[in-house]
Amino acid sequence: MKIDFTQLTQFLQRFKAKPYKIYPIFTPHTGKIIEFKVKEGDEVKGPSGKWLEKPGTPLFVLEREKNPKLIRAHYDGLAQNVRIELLNRFVEAGELVLEIRHPLTQDEIISEILLNALLVIRAPETARYILSSELGKRLEKEGLGKVIVKEGDELLIMTFMKRETPIFLKEKGQYIIYQIYFKPFELVQAGEPLLGLCPVEDLPHLEKIIQRIKDEWSL
Amino acid sequence: MLIELHKKLKDLLELAVYIKDIKGEDFSSIGNLYENLLEFYHNFYEIPPERISSLINDYEATLKKILLKAEETLNPYEIVKITRHPQRFTLLDILENVYDSYMELGGDGELNIDPAIICAKALISRRVGDEVYFHQVMVIGHEKGHGEEFRRGGSAAPWGNEKALRYMKMAETEGIPIHFYIFTPGAYPIEDYPGAAQQIARNLFYMSKLSVPTISFISEGGSGGAEAIGLTDLRLMAEKGYYSVISPEGAAAIEAKLKDGRPPRELVEKMAKALKLTAKDNLQLGTIDRIIPEPPLGARRKDYDFFKRLKYEMIKATDEVVLQTRSLKMFRKYALSKQTPESFSYFVNWELSEDEKEILIENRYKKYREMTRWAILEPKGFFKSIAQKGAQLGQSIAYEVKYRVLKSSHKTFKKFWEDLASESSLLLKPVSDPIKTVYNLIVGKKVRTKIRMPGEIESESDFYVSPLALQDKTVTCPQAEKYGCPDLWVPDLYGEFCGVCPNCGYHFPLEYHWYINNLFDKGSVKTFNDEISSGNPLNFEGYAEKLKKAREETGLNSALLSFEAKIGGISIVAVMLVADFRQGTVGVAEGEKFIRAIELAKISRRPFIALVHTTGGIRIHEGTMGVVQMPRCTMAVRDYVDSGGLYIVIYDNNSYAGPVASFLGSAPYQFALKSTRLGFAGPRVIFETTGQPVPPDYHSVENALKRGHIQGIWDRRELRKKLFFALLTMGGPNLYYR
Repeated sequence: MKIDFTQLTQFLQRFKAKPYKIYPIFTPHTGKIIEFKVKEGDEVKGPSGKWLEKPGTPLFVLEREKNPKLIRAHYDGLAQNVRIELLNRFVEAGELVLEIRHPLTQDEIISEILLNALLVIRAPETARYILSSELGKRLEKEGLGKVIVKEGDELLIMTFMKRETPIFLKEKGQYIIYQIYFKPFELVQAGEPLLGLCPVEDLPHLEKIIQRIKDEWSL
Repeated sequence: MLIELHKKLKDLLELAVYIKDIKGEDFSSIGNLYENLLEFYHNFYEIPPERISSLINDYEATLKKILLKAEETLNPYEIVKITRHPQRFTLLDILENVYDSYMELGGDGELNIDPAIICAKALISRRVGDEVYFHQVMVIGHEKGHGEEFRRGGSAAPWGNEKALRYMKMAETEGIPIHFYIFTPGAYPIEDYPGAAQQIARNLFYMSKLSVPTISFISEGGSGGAEAIGLTDLRLMAEKGYYSVISPEGAAAIEAKLKDGRPPRELVEKMAKALKLTAKDNLQLGTIDRIIPEPPLGARRKDYDFFKRLKYEMIKATDEVVLQTRSLKMFRKYALSKQTPESFSYFVNWELSEDEKEILIENRYKKYREMTRWAILEPKGFFKSIAQKGAQLGQSIAYEVKYRVLKSSHKTFKKFWEDLASESSLLLKPVSDPIKTVYNLIVGKKVRTKIRMPGEIESESDFYVSPLALQDKTVTCPQAEKYGCPDLWVPDLYGEFCGVCPNCGYHFPLEYHWYINNLFDKGSVKTFNDEISSGNPLNFEGYAEKLKKAREETGLNSALLSFEAKIGGISIVAVMLVADFRQGTVGVAEGEKFIRAIELAKISRRPFIALVHTTGGIRIHEGTMGVVQMPRCTMAVRDYVDSGGLYIVIYDNNSYAGPVASFLGSAPYQFALKSTRLGFAGPRVIFETTGQPVPPDYHSVENALKRGHIQGIWDRRELRKKLFFALLTMGGPNLYYR
């Protein structure tokens, strides 16, 4: 597998044009919007605190059967496209009420790019994972971004209820371990990324792109 | 010579700092004496030596005068400051100066199970004539330290209190008296195993029947932390000590309804006064037995005269406790004889015989039973009270005859017969059967209470529905975001669902009437002692009005309901702490009602159930009068449990502080409804004490279960059923339906 750099460039350009992600907020059920708590352009905050115990900014109040329900923000960002015209009107479930524009940080963009560019090994099952002992030793010795693996190498060991299953590299070619997404013996949900591998020949190019993002994105 | 003078000057300087610290900036008498002394101290070697001595004497004389003046105007808040000052004596100073030798147990210094609690085996000596006798004692107490951070100012962690309990048991095995020294601003309010509240409750439970003489000495008695090692036969208190339900700062924060930040100083001082926390006040209230005098402005580390006095008082107190178990004559003889700090006229052996141990525990029970009783408000007519007493006595005798005399002989016969029958059943059957029939005829067929299964009697028509259900609207479950619960229609929620979200099981709060009406058999609930009401023993400003308001709003006289009831035919005695009345806080009236209810359960051999609708702790407006309800009620619990009763506690909504750390937490069986929050201190107090925020689910029932505080989580919808089965399966051997 080779990295598709043209696609990556397009991706980057899209981010450059719109350095944010938009989260639409829909009504959870039918009802009447009796109050808007935010105006166009207001800053909103998602849940915060060490245990996310502080709730997010109130957005609007939706009432059904005398039960005023406060809808809160789940993401940080700015409120936009607030549909003031819906005030005091009956709305169906799933009606768009406003959007939260969440500005992307440099780290978020890099991780997004990497997830797209790298060969990502994902968790096949919800289980605990550890690096294979040989790979673990090599990584400890040489460090991230230096260890080369090839097809058929044992990468990881999946362990669940004392049952251990090795995971091998199935792609052809030589890869560098570029990113590790999990912590040893921590429960990983199925489908979550475990490792990010970069083809050996593409490494210089990828590093150049990352550097460029770092330079240009001084948000 | 010069060195000695220098040392003396240093002491004077320390004293000046001390006075300044205690009396604050408003104390003008000290003027700039401190600055002068400091200058003198720095220029010590430049002043001609012949002048130094007289200068120092001058300063000493002035300081003495100032000290006396400071003593005259001493107010309660300054006393609080005295107890907290790093120059005040600590337990280690006492161990050095009062005891002849000691050995710390459970670690010393920083290397310790809990550096805030010290346990030590110590020797204390007394002179009788020319002879010197040594007594071995266990010394347990808080160590504040002289400013060491790791001591946490004497706040005992849960495992610190556990260590104290372990050495209490050790002293009990060895039969030596225990001297407790209380120097704590309060327990360290964390829930880590064994749990602050749980451990205090366990300590109290055990201490109520400790079979060795116990003496406590209070210098700084901060509520629950103090009680954890404070249930003793004789309670001494330092003249410049304080003993209170809450720190004046805490009381001020509550009174000013502050969410965060510091309360104003005037309010703190006012609270210190209102809480009646000084030794004199406590003696008047009857929560302590004796005051140990101190020098002006309190004893400090080097006041050797004070230590001498303390040693004498501790020996005398232990003697008295021991002699009270022997005979009154001996005690009187001892009391009349002349004992001086230098020499005693008697040697008293502190070891107790088995009989004496029983008397000791009985005396202790009596002492705590009487404590604070004077403050109970109860309408009393002369004839009524006599009639009541007569009825009580009659009841007691009737139950005694019914359950002890009749039942035990009946039991013996039954057992004998069963043994006989099983051994030779084949051989004897033709003979035994007729005898059995005749026996049954005489005694009457076993009169067993008919036990009906719950549910049979619970028809739809007589199900009590909360008035909350009378609204036509919907509400959102607080956990809707996490579990995706649909909106709930109020008549459904408070009717059929018993206030429980059918999706996630979240329990909405319900009024206490719901439990009274739905848990017990219809018409079986009979309340008693309703007329006992909370008074205002401290004359706390504004408290009488608050009580009046609560009384008018709820129609109750106290926060505790006590009643007799039946569940599926099983007769029980129960109490319920009600949220509507001052947040279910406990004061003198509640304590007394609890004890009377549990005593009734004991004499009538019935199970005892405590329902906690909500409790906010000990009511601060009743000060230490409220605090001593903790040992009082725990003692009654111990007495009941030891006599074979079944005591079950069920928590709901919010349960915190004192009651959980005593008579509720000491129950062998504790259950909680889902969505209950329970613990020792609330999140804010924990943050202010430890500096660490706690997770939002810190006090949840799930965590309480994990910590071993409760034995199970119950659902409100099947509470009646659960309770019934609990009674059937867990009944104590002494309960009548067994």
